Amino acid sequence: MRPISLALAAGALIAPAGAAFAGTVTITLPRLAIAEYKKPYVAGWIEPAGGGTARSLFAWYDYRKTGNEPGTKWLSELRSWWRKSGRTLTLPADGITGATKGPGVYSVALPADLAPGQYVLSVEAARENGGRELVSVPLSVPADSGHASGKTELGAVVVAAK
Amino acid sequence: MSARRTRLLAAPLLALLVAPAARAEHGFILPSSTALAGDGNVVTFDAAGSDHVFFFDHRPLQLATIAVLRPDGSAGTPYNTLQGRFRSVFDLKLDQQGTWKVASVQTMIGGTFKLNGEERRVGGRGGPPRPQGGIGGPGGAGPDQRGGGDRPGGMADGRGPGAPGGDGPRRPPPVAFEDMPAEATDVHLIEDVRRAETFVTAGAPTTTVFTPTGKGLELDPITHPNAAAAGETARFRFLIDGKPASGLKVTVIPGGDRYRDEAGTIALTSGTDGIVAIRWPAAGMYWLGVEAEDRHPAQPRAETRRMSYAATIEVMTP
Repeated sequence: MRPISLALAAGALIAPAGAAFAGTVTITLPRLAIAEYKKPYVAGWIEPAGGGTARSLFAWYDYRKTGNEPGTKWLSELRSWWRKSGRTLTLPADGITGATKGPGVYSVALPADLAPGQYVLSVEAARENGGRELVSVPLSVPADSGHASGKTELGAVVVAAK
Repeated sequence: MSARRTRLLAAPLLALLVAPAARAEHGFILPSSTALAGDGNVVTFDAAGSDHVFFFDHRPLQLATIAVLRPDGSAGTPYNTLQGRFRSVFDLKLDQQGTWKVASVQTMIGGTFKLNGEERRVGGRGGPPRPQGGIGGPGGAGPDQRGGGDRPGGMADGRGPGAPGGDGPRRPPPVAFEDMPAEATDVHLIEDVRRAETFVTAGAPTTTVFTPTGKGLELDPITHPNAAAAGETARFRFLIDGKPASGLKVTVIPGGDRYRDEAGTIALTSGTDGIVAIRWPAAGMYWLGVEAEDRHPAQPRAETRRMSYAATIEVMTP
C-alpha cells in the first residue's frame, strides 16, 4: 500500500483504478493566548474500528532539526500515534512527513484505496511545554462524514466524503 | 506486607536467611522513558528495592547485578554509573533500534549447616574478610547499617548481625557457600534467584530480548510490554524453566502508592497456560511482581529454590 501525498492541491491523489472513495479531513489548530507558543507536533492516522493496523495520514514535526536533540526525538510525545503507527515508519516518510504548522485550518486527503468498512480517524497534537490531545472521529467508508472537536490543543476535526 | 513479615519471622530458618524487609520490598528498575523516537537516544535508569513502588526508601540494587540486552541479543554497557545509599543509577545509549532489556539478576545461596555439632549460617561473598566500615564511611558502620541481613542484596553481605562493633556475645559469622567445609553435616540450603527487569524500545518494537533462557522464572510476553496502553488488556505468560507456570500469584501495583490510602494492587493468578491478562486502569508506571518456590534449584546442594520476578511497565495514554 503506497502512502499518498498531502492533497493540499487538487489532483495530488493518484487513485488506483476502481477506487470508490475520496475524502478529506480538515484539522483546525486553535490560536492559543499564551506568551510562549511553539507550533505543535500533529499526526493523523486511520485504523479499522474493530482493531487492526493503523495507517498514518500525516505527521507534522520539526523534521529539519538535527543535532543533539533532533526534531524526531519528540515524536514519541504523540503517544498514541507513535505506539500505533509512527514507530514502525521510516522517517521522514514520503507523503506523511510535513513541517509543523501554526494556528489555522488544514486539509489532508484520505487514502483513495481504503476498503469499504468501519474506521476510526484520529488526530493527535502535542505541544512543547503544553498539553497533548487526541481527537477521534468514527468513519464509514465509502461515503460518510463526521466531525469531532478538541478542547485544548485541537479545534474541529472534520471528515468529509466527496 | 505485615502478614508476610509475620510468616517469615515465624519460620526461624527463613528468618535467618532473609531479612523480612528484603522480601517485602519491591525491586525495580525505573527507566526515564520507554518509547523513543530517532537514533542515539539516552535513557537513564534508577534501580532500587523499596517499600513504596518507585520511591527510593530502602536500598539500591547492586550495580554488579545489572545486565543489559540489546535488541540483537548482545550485551549492552551502562555508563554514568552510581550506586548510592538508596538507588543505583546508570545511563544507556540506545545505539540500536528495537527493544532493549535492562535487568538485575542475582542468585544467592543461604541456609545452615553443622560443623562439629555447631550450627553455622551460609551467606556472603566468601574470600578474605572485608574491612569493617566499608561504604558506611570512616569510623566503621554508619547508623544505617544494621548488619548483614539488611545490607544490599541481603545475604550477599558477609557480616552477620552483631559483627560490627563487636560488643556482646558473637555468633560466628556466616560462611560463604563456596567456603563450606566438606565435612559439613545437616546442610539445608535455599537458592534465591531474583530478577527485576524493564524494557525500552527505540523505534519499532522487537522481541529478540524476550527469548526465554529456559532457566528459572521468566516473562514471556504475548503483549509487548512497550505497547501497553490505558484501557487495553495485556497478556503475559510466565515460565519456570521454560514451561508455562500455572497458579502463580501476580501482583500489579500502580506507581505513586505513597500518595494513596490504598496501594491499588491488582492481584492475578496465572492460568494453566501460565498467562495472566491485565487490564490497565490508567496510564502510568506499573510495578509487576511474581514469586514462586519449588524444589528444583540449579545448585544441587540446595533443597529449595525461591524465585522472584519484577518488571516495570509504562502504560501509555490510549
